[in-house]
Amino acid sequence: MKSHEYDKIFSKFTGVEGDLIPLLIQIQERDGYISPEAIRRVARFLKISENQIYGVATFYPKFRFEEPGKKTIKVCMGTACHVRGGKFLAEAVGWHFGISIGQKTPDNRLDFQRATCLGCCTLGPVVQIDEKIHPRMMVTQLMQMLREHE
Amino acid sequence: MNSLEEKINRARQEWQALNNGKTPIIYIGAATCGRAAGALEVLAAVRETLKQHRLRAHIVPVGCIGPCYLEPLMDVKRPGYPRICYGSVTPAKARRILESFLLEDDPLPELAVGHFGRDGDPALEGIPRFFDLPMLKPQVRVVLQNCGFIDPENIDHYLANDGYQGLLKAFSLGPEAVIEEVGEAGLRGRGGAGFPTARKWRICRQAPGEVKYLICNVSEGDPGAFMNRSLIEGDPHCVLEGMLIAAYAIGASHGYIYINSDYHLAIARLKKAKEQMEAYGLLGENILGSGFDFDLTIKEGAGAFVCGEETALIGSIEGRRGMPRSRPPFPAVSGLFGKPTVINNVETLGTLPNILRNGASWYRQFGVKGNYGTKTFSLVGSIRRGGLIEVPLGIKLRQIIFDIGGGSWKKFKGVQTGGPSGGCLSEEFLDLPVEYEAMAAAGSIMGSGGMIVLDEDTCPVDLALYFLHFTQKESCGKCVPCRVGTWHMVTILEKITRGQAVAEDLSQLQILAETVKRASLCGLGQTAPNPVLTTLRYFRSEYLAHIKEKFCAAAVCRELVEYSIDPEKCNGCQQCLEVCPTAAIKGARAEVHQIDQFRCIKCKACYEVCRYHPLAANAIVISSGRGVA
Repeated sequence: MKSHEYDKIFSKFTGVEGDLIPLLIQIQERDGYISPEAIRRVARFLKISENQIYGVATFYPKFRFEEPGKKTIKVCMGTACHVRGGKFLAEAVGWHFGISIGQKTPDNRLDFQRATCLGCCTLGPVVQIDEKIHPRMMVTQLMQMLREHE
Repeated sequence: MNSLEEKINRARQEWQALNNGKTPIIYIGAATCGRAAGALEVLAAVRETLKQHRLRAHIVPVGCIGPCYLEPLMDVKRPGYPRICYGSVTPAKARRILESFLLEDDPLPELAVGHFGRDGDPALEGIPRFFDLPMLKPQVRVVLQNCGFIDPENIDHYLANDGYQGLLKAFSLGPEAVIEEVGEAGLRGRGGAGFPTARKWRICRQAPGEVKYLICNVSEGDPGAFMNRSLIEGDPHCVLEGMLIAAYAIGASHGYIYINSDYHLAIARLKKAKEQMEAYGLLGENILGSGFDFDLTIKEGAGAFVCGEETALIGSIEGRRGMPRSRPPFPAVSGLFGKPTVINNVETLGTLPNILRNGASWYRQFGVKGNYGTKTFSLVGSIRRGGLIEVPLGIKLRQIIFDIGGGSWKKFKGVQTGGPSGGCLSEEFLDLPVEYEAMAAAGSIMGSGGMIVLDEDTCPVDLALYFLHFTQKESCGKCVPCRVGTWHMVTILEKITRGQAVAEDLSQLQILAETVKRASLCGLGQTAPNPVLTTLRYFRSEYLAHIKEKFCAAAVCRELVEYSIDPEKCNGCQQCLEVCPTAAIKGARAEVHQIDQFRCIKCKACYEVCRYHPLAANAIVISSGRGVA
C-alpha cells in the first residue's frame, strides 16, 4: 500500500486509541494482512507504541501478519457445519495441498483459512472460495472444485 | 414532529400503492443465507426474464423470513392474488414461475411453498397458507415481524409498518415511565443470561455522571447462530429504534453498535439505515423536538468470542485487547471510558419498539410467568426444517424440534443450546420448557439462540471436544483456570476420542470441569465446561464406550472407526478407486473391492461416492467395532 493510501484510510479516523481496531480492520481489508510498515504508520498516527499495537492485534485471531495467498478457501468450522461433517472438508483441503489451517501453499496461490461461522448454518457444511459460498459440500465435490481451480 | 408525521403518511401511502398497485411485486430473500444458496443468481435471472418479456415488476430484496432450508426463496405478488412464496428456486425455476404466473395466470401450485392470503381462496387451490405451514404455525413473530416483508434498505417501508411509533410513545411517556413499562413487560436480556433489562437500565440511569453510553452487542461469536445477523439484515431499523428508546430511558447521548467485521451485509445495511435516520431527523440533536440528543457510532470489532463478555467488549471498543476484568464495578456504573454504560443484545433492543408501541400487557400475553415474550433461535444441525425461528418462551423443546423443525433426519439424540457456553441435552429433556431457569437447572443455558439438533450420527464426546477446542482457542488467557484448565480438558477429551483414555481420566475431567466453572474470572471460563459437564451427565455411557470398548456409536471419532466394504452390496463399479487419494482401495471391475486399512486415511471420499454415485451400490460402511482399535 502506498503512502497516500494510508493517508486516505487515516483521514476517516480522528486518531484516538479507540480507532486502532477499526483501522487495522480497514488496512487488512485493503491489503489482506497487516505489514510491519502498516504497524509503523498506525503507531505514528495514533501516537502509541508499535508494541502496543502488536499486543492488541495479535490478540484477535482475525488479524494476520503475513501476505495471504491469491485465492482464499475458507472452510466453515461452525457447530452446525461440524455436526454435518465440516471437519472432513478441512482435512480434505489439508491433504490435497499438504497444508494445514492458517497456512498457504508454497507457490502462494492458495490460502487456507477456517471460518468461525458464515451465517448460513442450514446449508452446511459450507466452504467459501474467495467470495462465493458453496453450500452442502461433500469431500468429493470439493476435491473436484479444487482441481478445477488449480 | 410534524415533518416525521408527514413522512409517515407519505410512506404509508407509498406502501399501499406498492401493495395494491397494478404492478406485480417480486420479493427475493437476499440475506446471507439466501445469498449463499444463490439468491443473487436468481435475482439476475428474474431481471433477465422481465426484460425479455417486457414485463414491469417491482423487485424487493428482503431479509430472512425463516425457513432457510428452502433458500433461495422467491415470492411473487401479482394483482388479484395474494403473495405466493416459492422455495429452493434456481434461475431456471424462477424463469418458469414468472413466465407461467405473470404471462399465463397459472401460479404453479406444485412449486409453491405457501401463500400469504386468506384461507380458502379458490384461486389458490393446492397452496397452503404460509403461516399455517407446520414450521410457521407454532411460531409467534414479534421481533421478526418485518423480516422478509419489508425492504431493509428502505426506511419508508419500516415507517409504513408502524416504524418509530414506539419511539414517539417513549417520548410521550418520559424516560422513567419507559423503564417502568419495560420492567412491567418483564423483558429479560436476550443475549443469554436473562438479566432483567429494566433493572440494568435503572442502575445506569441512577448512576451519577452526565455522560452515559449505550452499546448494542452484535458480536455474536457463537458458531452456529445467526439470529442477530439475520435480524439486522432483515430489519435494521427496529434495532436502531430500540437503541433510541433504550438510550432515551437511561439518558445516554451516545451509542455504539459493536458488530463483527465479517458481517459485511449487516454493516452495510446499518450504515445505510443510519444515513436515513439522519436524513429523517432521527439522529443528532433534539430528536423530533423532544430535547433528546443521540449520536451513533458503528464500531467494527475483530470478532473474538470473548468480546461477547461485557467488560471485554468495552475493552475492545476502547482499542485494547478484549480481556474481561473482574466485576464490580459493573459496566452500568463504570463502563466505557469509565462512564455508566448499558450493553444490550440486538434482540433485546429489537423487541423494545413493539413493547412501547403495544404496551407491556400486550407483550406479557406471550410466554409464561417470569419468562415473558418471545425468543429467536437459529434451529440448525441434523434437522429437516432448519432456519430462523421465533417462539414464545415456555414452549417445549419437543415442539421446537419436532413440530417446527420436523425432527432430525436419523434417530434423534439430543439438542445443544447456547453454543460453546451451553450444554447438550438428551432425549429425556424434550419436554423441558424453554425458560431461563429451567434450561439452567438442566445444566445448559438459554444462550443467545443457537440450537443445534444432534442425531445418531453425532458423537457427544466429539462435540464436547469441538466446543472445548473452540473455547480453549478463544480464552483470553488472563486467568489460570480458564487458560490452563480448558487446555487440559481438551487433552483429556482428545485421549478419549482416540481410544487412549483410562477410566480415571473421566473423574479427572469431571473435577477439572467443575474447577474451571467455579474459579474462572468471566462468563467464558465459567460456562466453558458446560458442554463437557452436560455430556458427561447425559451421555456418560458413550464416554464409557469410548474408554472401555474403544467404541464410537456414531462412528465419528476417527481412530475408533474403520472403513469397510460390504461384499454383498459391492458391484465393483470402481468409482471409489478413482477418488481415493491414497490408492487404498483395490479391485477389478465387477469384482468386490477391498480397502487396505494401512493406507486408508478415512477421508470419507469413497463413502460419499459409493452413496451418491448412480453406478455405485452404497456398499462402503463406516463402523466402529467394539474393542477394535
